[in-house]
Amino acid sequence: MNVAVCVKQIPDPATPGKLDPETKTLVREGKLIMDDSDSYGVEMALQLVDKAGGGEVTLVSMAPNSEVSGLRNGLAMGAHKGVLISDPALKGSDALGTAKVLAAAIKRNEFDLVLAATESTDGYTGTLPVQVAELLGLPSITFAKHVEIADGKLKVNRQTEAGYDEVECSLPALVTVTAGVVEPRYPSFKGIMAAKSKPVDEVTVADLGVDVAQVGQGGSGQELVKVTPAEERKAGEVVVDEGDAHQNIVAFLEKLKVL
Amino acid sequence: MAITTTWVFAEAFDGRPLPVTLELLTKARELGGSIEAWTWGPDATAIAPALGAHGATKVHDLGDLGGALPGVPVASAMAAAIAAGAAPDLVLFPTTYDGRDAAGRLSAKIDRSVLTNAIDLGLDGDKLKVGHAIFGATMLVDATFTGAGPWLVAVRPKSFAASESGGASPSVETVSVPDTGATGSAVVTQSHVEEREGPKLDEADVVVSGGRGLGEADKYSMVEELAKLLKGAAGASRAIVDAGWVPYSHQVGQTGKTVKPNVYIACGISGATQHLVGMKGAKNIIAINKDQEAPIFAVADLGVVGDVHKVVPKLIEAIKARG
Repeated sequence: MNVAVCVKQIPDPATPGKLDPETKTLVREGKLIMDDSDSYGVEMALQLVDKAGGGEVTLVSMAPNSEVSGLRNGLAMGAHKGVLISDPALKGSDALGTAKVLAAAIKRNEFDLVLAATESTDGYTGTLPVQVAELLGLPSITFAKHVEIADGKLKVNRQTEAGYDEVECSLPALVTVTAGVVEPRYPSFKGIMAAKSKPVDEVTVADLGVDVAQVGQGGSGQELVKVTPAEERKAGEVVVDEGDAHQNIVAFLEKLKVL
Repeated sequence: MAITTTWVFAEAFDGRPLPVTLELLTKARELGGSIEAWTWGPDATAIAPALGAHGATKVHDLGDLGGALPGVPVASAMAAAIAAGAAPDLVLFPTTYDGRDAAGRLSAKIDRSVLTNAIDLGLDGDKLKVGHAIFGATMLVDATFTGAGPWLVAVRPKSFAASESGGASPSVETVSVPDTGATGSAVVTQSHVEEREGPKLDEADVVVSGGRGLGEADKYSMVEELAKLLKGAAGASRAIVDAGWVPYSHQVGQTGKTVKPNVYIACGISGATQHLVGMKGAKNIIAINKDQEAPIFAVADLGVVGDVHKVVPKLIEAIKARG
């Protein structure tokens, strides 16, 4: 059982996001970390490989400047190796361009399953995993809250508006996991040390055999034209509760005729 | 370039179009040109009049999908129609589970860019201006497509108000699903509906939501009690849904429901970006949180810095006392 996990390395979400005033793309400077929402896919992959009695978990990521610090977070959890696509030509890629290089990178290793988060914390376009599935000719089940493999079939509980559906499909396949699917482990000290020497295969767009014209700003079918601050919703009255602040709420609800 | 034809991914549930389906049709009408809806499942005949009343003049009906998740079959049928010469300028999807699946699939099939999470759409000369809110809706971004159509856009529910055009029932054309091979093998074997009482979360006039600040799962009952007293719906932040305290159907936020009630009461919710996106459109926001620095206070009309475990029970008692 070999599992590829798409991993995004992002600026620490605790620091506010910024757009480059020139290129109007997200500024990704400083140390990158693995997107927290990807830790669930990594954990799921480790558990599935463990249950299958063997195999490898490969992390696949695209990042500028040969950035691997976020990948190391996932390797420290126990993933076996990584593939990093790093190439200046990728700057400004849209989701489809990114999907093309990720799909090509995933194909470099044998896999039975591809896992990804439902969406990234910083960009949240949310279509990339399905684009990857289509490019690889795989079935996909998005928004998984429970995943198991039985009789060579993938069985997933998928979130719906009303509750959840039990969904099955053949393997190989792609699944996007929600944060509730498993509890990610914390990397052990041993894991962190071991991660430093785990192999990360760094490749360029040309190495993957992807046409450079298909990626980057040039290959992107979209551009930002304007960025404006949203009309600020003004903060209203703030009261510190000293035992009777609930009366302020009652008065407010009365004013709105809710009470 | 004017828009000549728009396709709409027309989702339905229980024999009725989803509200977002009607919102998309209404916006498509405003952009001009003819509107064609794509439907599937047992509801197509039942919903066709409603689709027509909101502007669709033609319905492409894929019929029974045999339980298959709709993303692949619908995108495959759309791609086949485009390959056969159909030339929609714009294809609109809702930002729902199946809508996003279909948008991603079609994007890769026809090699066209897709813009997701749109909250506004408009024509600017020959460009389609697609508005998005980013960084917790503190910034508004307009994007546009640089290449040839079809332009693919996934729109967040409640971005537009739906209104009827008084259009007649559309013509319904049955479409067969192309062979999707392995990609179409994902099939629903059983559906589970998590029942809830009272008004629907995204239709309620009052929404009371709980977050991590409640401390433990049992305390969510006070959120439900307050919601019931105010004849509203109970919501939740992603944190406590992921923690398994409440079912996903309660989730408000980026990956949950978008709500725009008259009053939103946030109990023990810090106000992460992911949450704000789903509730910032409420007319009035009340927040109760013990951390004075919590971002939720920046959007609250009334902020109470205090312990939810003290403030909410007293509030419940005070409302009950009014009879």
